[in-house]
Amino acid sequence: MHLMYFTEQPMSAYPEQAGRDFGATALMFSNRHFDPVAGSRLYNQYIEHYKLAEDVGFDGIMLNEHHNAPFCMQAKCNVFASILAAITSRVKIVLLGNPLPLADNPVRLAEELAMIDMISRGRLVSGFVRGGGQEQLATGVNPAFNRERFEEAHDLVVRAWTEPGPFRWEGTHYQHRVVNPWAVPLQKPHPRIWIPGVLSKETIIWAARQRYPYIALSTAIDATKKIWELYDSVAAEAGYTGGPPNRGYLQRCHVAETEEKALANARQFMWMQGEFTGLAHPVWSSPSGYFSPANRRAFVEFAVGRRSNPRAAAFEDQLREQQIIAGTPKTVLPKIRRLLEETRPSIVGFWAADGFVSDQDTRTCIRLLGQEVLPAVREMGKELGLLSPLEANAPVSIRYDDGPGLEAVAAEAQAALR
Amino acid sequence: MSTSEARWVTESIRVADTTLTFRKAGAGAPLMALHHDVGNPPGAGFLDALAHQFTVYAPLHPGYEGSARPEWIRNVRDVAVMYQWLLSDLGLSGTTLLGLGFGGWIAAEMATMSPAALGRLVLVGAMGIKPAAGEILDQALVSYLDYVRAGFEDPGAFERLYGAEPPTSQLEQWDLNREMTFRIAWKPYMYNPTLPHLLGGVKTPALIVWGRRDRVVPLECGERYAAALPRARLEVLERAGHFVEMEQPDAVGKLITEFAAVPPAA
Repeated sequence: MHLMYFTEQPMSAYPEQAGRDFGATALMFSNRHFDPVAGSRLYNQYIEHYKLAEDVGFDGIMLNEHHNAPFCMQAKCNVFASILAAITSRVKIVLLGNPLPLADNPVRLAEELAMIDMISRGRLVSGFVRGGGQEQLATGVNPAFNRERFEEAHDLVVRAWTEPGPFRWEGTHYQHRVVNPWAVPLQKPHPRIWIPGVLSKETIIWAARQRYPYIALSTAIDATKKIWELYDSVAAEAGYTGGPPNRGYLQRCHVAETEEKALANARQFMWMQGEFTGLAHPVWSSPSGYFSPANRRAFVEFAVGRRSNPRAAAFEDQLREQQIIAGTPKTVLPKIRRLLEETRPSIVGFWAADGFVSDQDTRTCIRLLGQEVLPAVREMGKELGLLSPLEANAPVSIRYDDGPGLEAVAAEAQAALR
Repeated sequence: MSTSEARWVTESIRVADTTLTFRKAGAGAPLMALHHDVGNPPGAGFLDALAHQFTVYAPLHPGYEGSARPEWIRNVRDVAVMYQWLLSDLGLSGTTLLGLGFGGWIAAEMATMSPAALGRLVLVGAMGIKPAAGEILDQALVSYLDYVRAGFEDPGAFERLYGAEPPTSQLEQWDLNREMTFRIAWKPYMYNPTLPHLLGGVKTPALIVWGRRDRVVPLECGERYAAALPRARLEVLERAGHFVEMEQPDAVGKLITEFAAVPPAA
């Protein structure tokens, strides 16, 4: 198994009432409510949490990015990835990920990622996302061409990583006279690419066709099973067998010394789900052209208030569906076991805390996860045969399915550089 | 002005590998009417009235109002070229070109491409020029309903045209129209920075009509059109918003008819 630590890097230090009064805490919610003194404190706190996560035994640190919203302070995941490349020594740096359509210059992105891969001595996992709807509006990128840009930027980044330059790129959305970045990745053929998602079937199908592991972001167990049915059927069409090495899951999981404290802190997971932060107008979250045409009818009804938000389940329902797990190490383990048995992921991200959970309680959670939860989960993984793509030395993609020896290359490079 | 319903026929023609659909009614000199970004309101009698004076051609913009979407299309000038192609293939000359809102931008682009091909140019609340002080209302930031409501000075006018609760099919069409607008007018949003420099060559007599209370395209843009077009006149209607012709169909119809009746001075 590959067990990762994750935080959204919440910017909880802002006046809540201002968000309620405005009616939204995204995109147009003024950054006059951002307090850079608190921001500085929180960024440094999150760095300490990442270091602790490595110390207590996590295999990876998962990073993401969002724009114009307090639920996530991280505006560029490559910034934190660069920091972690230098201050950690063992964990994989798992970006889930860079929003490709937001890049106007994917070659620059390929260079940055190559630098992170070299500085970290081959510890980069470079996931890619489409970016949320609001991300398109916050960065001025056309939502109607989101998927086209995602696929074209991906093709360009992978080619820049794998094919010696110079070459010319004349695409639909990107044109480059000279593609010849001096920096190229340490890992060969290229860093692993994992694709996270929650909503769109198109992304699952695309990831399965590439043979990239798909990371389901906190979906309910039944929905997760449907994701794997779809992924595995596409994998079969593509000529390989899907299964645990292709499956990841991000689990909200707060652990504390008592059940009461864990449940109280776990309520903070509702903080970004629309209870007050993360509130946005539907046409910001899903600008026209961004979502699949198949969802159009349901969406327009939701957008004018004729349908409730399909994603906003009540706290108790999310506990029952295990989208949120909370408790002591002893009580969360059977729930994690159920997740592993029923959906068989080999990559599990632990989203440990959110919102206003204190620095101290977050540290306790990370420590308890590392000391008491992860060892037991690893045993379950062994028993259930849940080999991660790293453990299985799975090919990085369908293009390289004769086995890349990527882990061996990275280990050799790390040894040589020490 | 008579408001009885005209008899409309729907025709289509192949232009740029795309099926362009247009509705046609009436008799007399040709008038081509280009609709708003939000499409045509249901049951609007404005064009019916014009069909008593003109042969009205009302094309559906490619990708809007259920018409075929050309995947290759990237900007408003592409649409303008397609409509010049349409005018040419229909063999129309001396056409009065009427552009409503977003359609006004398309009309202005068409006029710069081939000024002599048009008899008259009428722009009503036209997008296309960047305002110096204000902003063109960005539909990307507001709901479908709020965007359309913003076009009316009188809140009751929205309900009279669309009903208190527009059907889901209307919401879906607004979403599709909006997606097409994003595909061709996303950035810069709703204007072409080179257009003002090119309007000076349009010697066509032009009538610019604006609602005093236009909250979508500032009146200032109408003043800029009137200043940039050599033979333009600006008419500002009080108690009207962006959808001037929906709020005051008779007044706008009368302005157009009278404007078209005066023979152009040499």
